[in-house]
Order: sequence, then C-alpha cells, then structure tokens
Amino acid sequence: MNKTLTRRGLLQGSAVAAALALGLTGCGGTAPAGQQAVSSNAVEEALQKGGKLTVWAWEPTLKKVVEGFEAKYPNVDVELVNAGTGNDQYTALQNAISAGSGVPDVAQIEYYALPQFSLAKSVTDLSQFGAAELKDTFTPGPWSSVQAAGGVYGLPMDSGPMALFYNKEVFDKHGIAVPKTWDEFLEAGRALKKADPNAYIANDTGDAGFTTSMIWQAGGKPYKVDGSNVTVNFSEGGSKKFAETWQKLIDEKLLAPVGSWSDEWYKGLGSGTIATLPIGAWMPGNLSSGVAEGEGKWRVAPLPQWEEGAKSSSENGGSSLAMPAAGSRAALAYGFLKYSNVDDGVKTRIDGGSFPATAKEISSPEFLNAEFKYFGGQQANKVFAESAQNVVQGWSYLPFQVYANSIFNDTVGQAYVSDTKLTEGLDAWQKATVKYGTEQGFTVKE
Amino acid sequence: MTMASPTLAAPAASDAVTRRPRRRAWTGWWFIGPFMAVFALVFLAPITYSIYLSVFRNQLIGGTSFVGLDNYVRALTDPQFWSALGRVSLFLTVQVPVMLFIALLVALALDSGRLYGKSFFRISIFLPYAVPAVVAALMWGFMYGTRFGLVGNINQAFGLSLPSPLSAELVLLSIGNIVTWEFIGYNMLIFFSALTVIPKSLYEAAEIDGAGQLRVITAIKLPAIRGAIVVATIFSVIGSFQLFNEPSILKSLSPNTISTFFTPNLYAYSLSFSGQQYNYSATVAIIMGLLTMAIAFAVQVRGMRKER
Repeated sequence: MNKTLTRRGLLQGSAVAAALALGLTGCGGTAPAGQQAVSSNAVEEALQKGGKLTVWAWEPTLKKVVEGFEAKYPNVDVELVNAGTGNDQYTALQNAISAGSGVPDVAQIEYYALPQFSLAKSVTDLSQFGAAELKDTFTPGPWSSVQAAGGVYGLPMDSGPMALFYNKEVFDKHGIAVPKTWDEFLEAGRALKKADPNAYIANDTGDAGFTTSMIWQAGGKPYKVDGSNVTVNFSEGGSKKFAETWQKLIDEKLLAPVGSWSDEWYKGLGSGTIATLPIGAWMPGNLSSGVAEGEGKWRVAPLPQWEEGAKSSSENGGSSLAMPAAGSRAALAYGFLKYSNVDDGVKTRIDGGSFPATAKEISSPEFLNAEFKYFGGQQANKVFAESAQNVVQGWSYLPFQVYANSIFNDTVGQAYVSDTKLTEGLDAWQKATVKYGTEQGFTVKE
Repeated sequence: MTMASPTLAAPAASDAVTRRPRRRAWTGWWFIGPFMAVFALVFLAPITYSIYLSVFRNQLIGGTSFVGLDNYVRALTDPQFWSALGRVSLFLTVQVPVMLFIALLVALALDSGRLYGKSFFRISIFLPYAVPAVVAALMWGFMYGTRFGLVGNINQAFGLSLPSPLSAELVLLSIGNIVTWEFIGYNMLIFFSALTVIPKSLYEAAEIDGAGQLRVITAIKLPAIRGAIVVATIFSVIGSFQLFNEPSILKSLSPNTISTFFTPNLYAYSLSFSGQQYNYSATVAIIMGLLTMAIAFAVQVRGMRKER
C-alpha cells in the first residue's frame, strides 16, 4: 500500500465517520468500523518521521512511558500535559473540542466518560488503524468499555476489577470471618459494631462510581444504550438486590459516614475504624502511600457475592487513552497509544504500580506471583486477576454519565442523610437522568 | 434659585459651539476613547455575550439552535432554581442583619474611645477578612468535623454529642457562621470610618445638653452613618446572592447535604461545568444579575428616602 492510497483511505474513513456523526443508527454495516484503513506500516513510518504530540493525562506512570517512548522514537516530541483530573479534564477537553483549537492528540478518558465523547464522534474510531484485532490483547471488562456502535474509541490503559480489601487485624481481633457474600458482609458489619461501637465495616456517603459498580456485579443493567436511544431503569433486578442489602447497612448505621479520599477516611483506614474497602484493583498504591500505618495489617479477598458460590465481579474505575478527532497527527498518536497500552509501555506502568488491562501481563507468572509487602506478603494480583476474568459482561454507561454522576448526591445521596430510601433515591436519580437526556436530544425510556 | 446659573451660562456655551463647530467633538473622544474601549471590552462584551448565549440551546444530539426566550421560561419554572433562590433569600434575611448588627456594635465600641487596646481589636477583628474565602471555608470545614475536627474534640472531651454542623438542618447556619466571621471586620471598617468623620463638636454640644451615650448613638451617630449602613447592606445583599465559595468547598466534605443547586451560583456552575448547559447557565446568571440589581436598588431607594 503506497502512501497516497493510505492517505486517501484515511480521508475516506473520516469522511464517512463525519457523515455518520450524531445521526447514527448503530448499524453494523458502516464501512470504516472494524475495517483497517491505515496500515501499521504507515503508523511505523509516522513514528520514524516524528513530530510533536500533545497528550492530556493525569495518570502518574505515563511520565515514565513518555520517556521510554521518546527514547525509542527520538524524532517524536511528546508534551505530557496534566489538564486536571477526571471531570476537570473532561470540561477542558470538551471546551477545546467546541472551540476547535487547542485539542490534544491523545487524551486520558475514564471508561465511564468515554461514551460521552464517542457518541459525539469527538474521539476517533480506532478500527481504521486495525484496533479491532486487539480484542484478545485486553481483558474482557476494559475491552467492552471502549466499544461503541461497532467501533473502538480508545485503547484500555488500566483497569479496576473489584476486590475486597480488609483489615485482617480487626477481623482477627474480634473473631469475625471474612465475608464471602454480601449477606455475610452485613452480618460481619453487625458483629463488628457489637464488638466495637466505633468501628465500621466500611465507609460510604454515596458514591456514583461505587454504586454503579455494585449494581454491575449484581447483574444489573440499568443503562441500555443504542445510539441515541437510551433506557434508564433502576427498578430492575440488580439494582434491587443492591438497594435491599445496602439499605440495611445504612439503616443500622453500619457504614462510616466518611467520604472517600478525605482525611478522616485515611485515618479510619489506618486506625481500624474502617474495616473493609470494596474497591478497584488500582488501590494498593494508594494504600501504601496514604495509609502507611496499615502496612502488614491489610489483605485482599475476592469481592463478596450476591449468591453463594457465585463468581461474579465488576470494574470500578480505570481509564483508556483516546484520540480526539480534531487532533491532526492521527497516525503518530495511534503509535503512542499502541506503545503505551499494548507494547513496552505496559511493563513500565505495571512497575509503577498500575493495574494492567492486558491479558498477557495479567496471566504472566511474574505478575501473579508478585508478593505485596503491604499485604503481609500476599500474592494479591492473583485475587485481582481472577476478578478481572469474572467481570460480568454487557454493562454499559450512559453517553452522559459524567453529568449523571454529578447529580448522584442530590438524589441517591439523600438516602444516606435522611429518611429517603435508597430505592426512592435511585428512582429520583433515574428521573433526573431521563430529564437531562431528553433535554439533550436523546430518546430516553424508563 | 440654584437653577438660575446654568440657564444663564447656556448662551455663552452655545456661542462657543457656533464659533468652533467640529474640532471639539473629536477631542473629547480622544480622552474618553481609551476608557470606552476598555469598558466595552470588559463590561459590555461579557454581558452581551451572556445574553447572546441565553437565547440558544446546545444539545449533545442536535447541536445548537435558536430558542428565543425558552431558557428564561424554563428558569422561571425550574424548581431547582427557585429552591436555590429561596435558600439564599433565607440566608440573606437572617445572616445579613446579624452580621451588620454585630459589625455596628463593634464599630461603636471602637469609636466610643473607652476601649483599651483599640488598634489591637480593630486589626484582629478585621483579620478574618484578609483570609482568602477558600482557606476560611476549608479551615471551618475542618473545625466542623465530628470525627477529628473541633466539634469531634469537644464531643470527646466533654462526653457530649453535638450534632454535625454539616447536617441537612444545620448546614445553612454553619455557612452563615463562616460568612459572618469573614465579613464582620469588613463591615466594621466601613462603619468605623463613617463614624470617625462625624465632627467632634456635635458630641461636645450633646454633652452640654446633658445627653447620655445611648442618646448620642441614636440621635447623632446612627443618623450620621446612615449612608454607610445602606452601602454595607447593598454589598451584603449582593454577597449573599453570590454565595458560592463556602458551599462549594464544604460540598466535598458533605456532598449529600449541599446539593448541586444549593445556591443560584453553584447551580449555574454545575450546569455549565458538569452538564455542559452553557446556554441555560448563562440564563440563570442573567436572571440572578437582574434580581440582585433590583433588590440592591430597592435597598438604596428605601435607605436614602428615610434620610430626607
């Protein structure tokens, strides 16, 4: 394939993508989806030729990745910009996209926020670079998170299969068994409260990411998205299962009213007043840096189950690297994505403490057998890797999840501070979400 | 009588105009031109742009379309907007009088000349105003903590169980407390400076007439600083309607009791930064601006009418 042909292919691809923009019906027959229009040779060529590349990301391990990348491709000059964390960055990115200037070539986008950008086609469909063939490279959870309307809109960077982090010292002291189901979790919470009125089984003040992950694990699918047709329904099975159990924990005051990432939270994790953390596998680094006095006390167990003997899990957090469509150096940017998320960069980031989204690394003995000093020598990655394999399939986030999450505490959060029940809170959240979706031009069903 | 002199001067002025008709008009513009340019750029342009934004609607699906006054209709029927407005109005009617009364009391105490260590008190009462609002809110946020904060410490030391200042019932009061703490010094300074310019001869005359301190305050001091009180009230009204920093900082400590539409400004902020509803957000901002202007104007008219 010669150079001119390649370029035409790329132009064709983007022209069709532009024509499809917004009015998409989600049909699988769209020409560029799943079809490679830019060869890997062309990407390699662009890498050798070099140029300037702007990357917006806050993930700390990327700094080392950029160093490695620049060493390998000396002609490429990468400018790594921290444009804010999470929502701040999305706001900046959205503004840059609307303004049509200052758009980065590569941006870190969390899985829950990616649909918002892929729906508007403001990020590039990577199947034109052959990204669809990377299916088996990544673990199933993250891979399904970057899919939309038959295209691939980002490459998974890290993942957060959930696990139960627990303070073994507290459990041993009071002779409480580590819970294997959420019912046992509730019992353990009661037992702990009885043994020590100041101790809580966990903390929760209402967190949208956590709640959706819990419903995900319970097999719930409150969001169904097909192009611009969206269904929001929190009265289905998974949501009910979660609400029922969690309501008991709230009513009996078994959850510490301490917000995650607050000073009180770190202190509680260290002092044993917060005994467990059901959270994503990216947590160990935060524990060892933020809760130094917990070293040796904490362990990791599989996430408690909704049904005894089951083995289901879900993702909590995690990011992809995506390419804003307005970026001008697509081939070069894809080269960076591939280096960082598929090739050499993966190892660099694992060494930096990040949890990979690639199947090969997750099953490598070196990774699985790593002993965590913080967890008393436990091979915690084995627990995480198993969780990654058991992530329930078929979950999707809303194309406007960023906004939906921002109003979570206005609605569901009320269940934590007033007589409002969780189910009522979820119902109110559903209504507010539907209202916003309709205003934004979606066809929303409840 | 006073009207006479301009009428007399008028013919002379028109003589001058007829003598040199055109050149003068341009000289004036050279002087005010730079000001007008800056004024247009930093005052008129943003307002015009907001008004322009407010008549459009941008959707994730469907793009931007002209909607006329739809956004205004929506805002006026938006329960979240009204609840935000209701909250700051309640805040205004309780917090502003309390704050101004304390500030006035402090200013009168300083002015009485009977206070030992006057400059020390003046500076220490003014000091909170010098603390950036964000830092103040953070600091109070820590003190309000029931676990490791001051409230928690008091509970522990005395075996009490004080309710959390950030609970749904108390959070507005707690924010009022922070704002009062911050702005007493500022208002005190306005009152105090107005008090210092009252001629001392009035006090001497009052003393000769046998007036007591209380009488001096009600008959001389308060009437004399009425203008300053009106100004301080207007500033406080505007400040209340613009309440943003304190709830926005405390929201991270208490996300469930401070909603995204806690105050109109916070609502406008969430609309544009989380919801990307820039157009609607601009509408809310414009309505709040108009309301604030109307109320400030009413305060001024009422305050000044009494003076006559």
